[in-house]
Amino acid sequence: MIKGNFIDNLPKVYGIYTGGFLAFIIIMSIAEQMGMTAKTIGICFVAFTVAIYAIIGYLSRTAQADAYYVAGRQVPTVFNGMATAADWMSGASFVAMAGGIYFKGYGYMALLVGWTGGYVLVASLLAPYLRKFGCYTVPDFIGTRYGGNLSRFMAVVVLTVASFTYVTAQINATGTIASVALDIPFQYAVYVGLVSILLCSMLGGMRGVTWTQVAQYIVLIIAYLLPVFWISNKMGAGFFPHFMLADEVSRIAELEAQFGFVKNSAENLKEVPKGLAGITKAHSAVNATPWAFISLALAMMMGTASLPHVMMRYFTTPSVKAARKSVGWSLFFIFLLYSSAPMLATLSKLSLIDPTLPTGIIGKSISEVQAIDWYQNWNQANLMFVSDFNGNGTLELNEFFMGGKAVVLATPEIAGLPYVISGLVAAGGMAAAMSTADGLILAIANAISHDVYYKIIDPKAETAKRLVVARVLLVVIGFAGATIAALEIQGILGSVIWAFDFAMSGLFFPLVLGVWWKRANKEGAIAGMFLGLVSGAAYLIWVRTGGSGFLGITQLTFGIFGSAVSLVAMVVVSLMTSAPNAATQKMVDEVRIPSGKSILGKQH
Amino acid sequence: MSKQEQHWEKSRGLLFMTLAIWFVFSIGIFLFGAEMNEVTGPFGYPLTYWFTCQGSLGAFVILIFWFANRQEKIDEEFGFSERGDD
Repeated sequence: MIKGNFIDNLPKVYGIYTGGFLAFIIIMSIAEQMGMTAKTIGICFVAFTVAIYAIIGYLSRTAQADAYYVAGRQVPTVFNGMATAADWMSGASFVAMAGGIYFKGYGYMALLVGWTGGYVLVASLLAPYLRKFGCYTVPDFIGTRYGGNLSRFMAVVVLTVASFTYVTAQINATGTIASVALDIPFQYAVYVGLVSILLCSMLGGMRGVTWTQVAQYIVLIIAYLLPVFWISNKMGAGFFPHFMLADEVSRIAELEAQFGFVKNSAENLKEVPKGLAGITKAHSAVNATPWAFISLALAMMMGTASLPHVMMRYFTTPSVKAARKSVGWSLFFIFLLYSSAPMLATLSKLSLIDPTLPTGIIGKSISEVQAIDWYQNWNQANLMFVSDFNGNGTLELNEFFMGGKAVVLATPEIAGLPYVISGLVAAGGMAAAMSTADGLILAIANAISHDVYYKIIDPKAETAKRLVVARVLLVVIGFAGATIAALEIQGILGSVIWAFDFAMSGLFFPLVLGVWWKRANKEGAIAGMFLGLVSGAAYLIWVRTGGSGFLGITQLTFGIFGSAVSLVAMVVVSLMTSAPNAATQKMVDEVRIPSGKSILGKQH
Repeated sequence: MSKQEQHWEKSRGLLFMTLAIWFVFSIGIFLFGAEMNEVTGPFGYPLTYWFTCQGSLGAFVILIFWFANRQEKIDEEFGFSERGDD
């Protein structure tokens, strides 16, 4: 049970936890030396870490509304930063990002800029003001600032659409990892993943999620950085890869020039299993138009500032001041992983394509490559494929295909690291996907239980009943997400990007103008949320069904269109209708200064 | 002008400055991505490439802490800062 002094002991508690985890890694590597099989190691890693999260989740159980919704508003700055970083970095960041950079190079790295730059908007435009407001959920702010059940309900709708799109991808990722690590079919593994996720959040709500997310951050950052440093040292690329890979980057450019990017015919590509890709774009050279790069970065930045699972993490800090600082810490912890992803992609790419390295496969004969152990393993897992398109018997750059996940999952093995590292990476990926899924499911369930059930349907409900409703919703939403994830409709990364676009279409301007424009009123906000979401969704459907789009806005950046419509609608409708009343204006004034009581009471 | 209006005016000024710096690192640089990539940046990486993998990201981290400190100073100046926490 968490005692009163638990908060003071946090550094010690997590210090011991980190030491214990490192000891576990060492024990596993000794076990590997003694002959433990790869499969058992994988199972141990995933089972051990998930069991720890479940214990933390159980210890954090609570029956109080403010502990359940905002972790009692006592999470210290740095720890909230870690929790946010875990909340933020999803299975996509962990497993798919380095792969994206590997295939698409510079153009893809707009996501790195977008997914970090958004935090500047969070810190300066929103987080401290929403913290001062004292809300439990994002729709709580919209509903109180603008007034009326309709505005509150619209915010819940936008939040649910965006978060649900996002969460299915995360449950999918936990299922993928669980199915590989535990060796069970994906349809069942999805539910194993879901149960693990619910163990963290069911009993303790936000409090449970907070303390498991800190634990998950520690696992995922160790699991990401250790292999990067190890591979870099093993290849002799440099002791500290981030500062020392310039030669490797220019060597890749040299090899690209030497091999050239040969375009495969459509007929040849039919042979390649679905989901695998080859290297078709330059690694470090600018390979995208400025607008393609900037529009993607901009959409991700505005999406970051509108996604509820990030925003609600800043409701848990003790003060407004702490909320601001906490955003900085969040980004620092995210930076540790994001700045390593391009390094991993560089190391992975060079080790595969450089014929002078022992691991290089380009230029070798096809039969030789097909005889390599790791190639056979990953080919069987449907993540690697070679084919002799030009019939010359040697493997060319355009004849080698890989799945996006393989860059993170397979590089340790290709570089010849012990299997214990692969087990660690599986545990890290699981932690990344679980922590994000938890944050999102909680965001949806809290919005529906607090804003729809308590604020709109039954304002007299007692705390105990509210929390039962919240927990039932958590399970229902989790199962709905898992059911859709089991259908495997879309890829992990695509649906993550869509979630950002949906969120920015409907929520960015209603949130920002709620603080920064006193004249914004209820009618304007409702119009902004409704028209923004609808026009964004319509644009997506139009482009998906063969529409040509305009201004270079693609299905990945449709939020730019949606949010522009939202802004115009909100301003026009606000100005056409009457200004908000004096009480609301005074409330906005109050929000703008950190001192004094929050707008909404401690229990509401 | 009341104390509160002055506070807000200063806060707004800080916001615009923060957003201007943010704009440079998130958008400005990439308007000239191709030209800037010809230049060798820190640690020997091509310059624009370096910004996408380290430079801009690091700049955002520093920018947020800088913003938080400046805003705290503004709050203290007008007596609007909270007491008794970190």
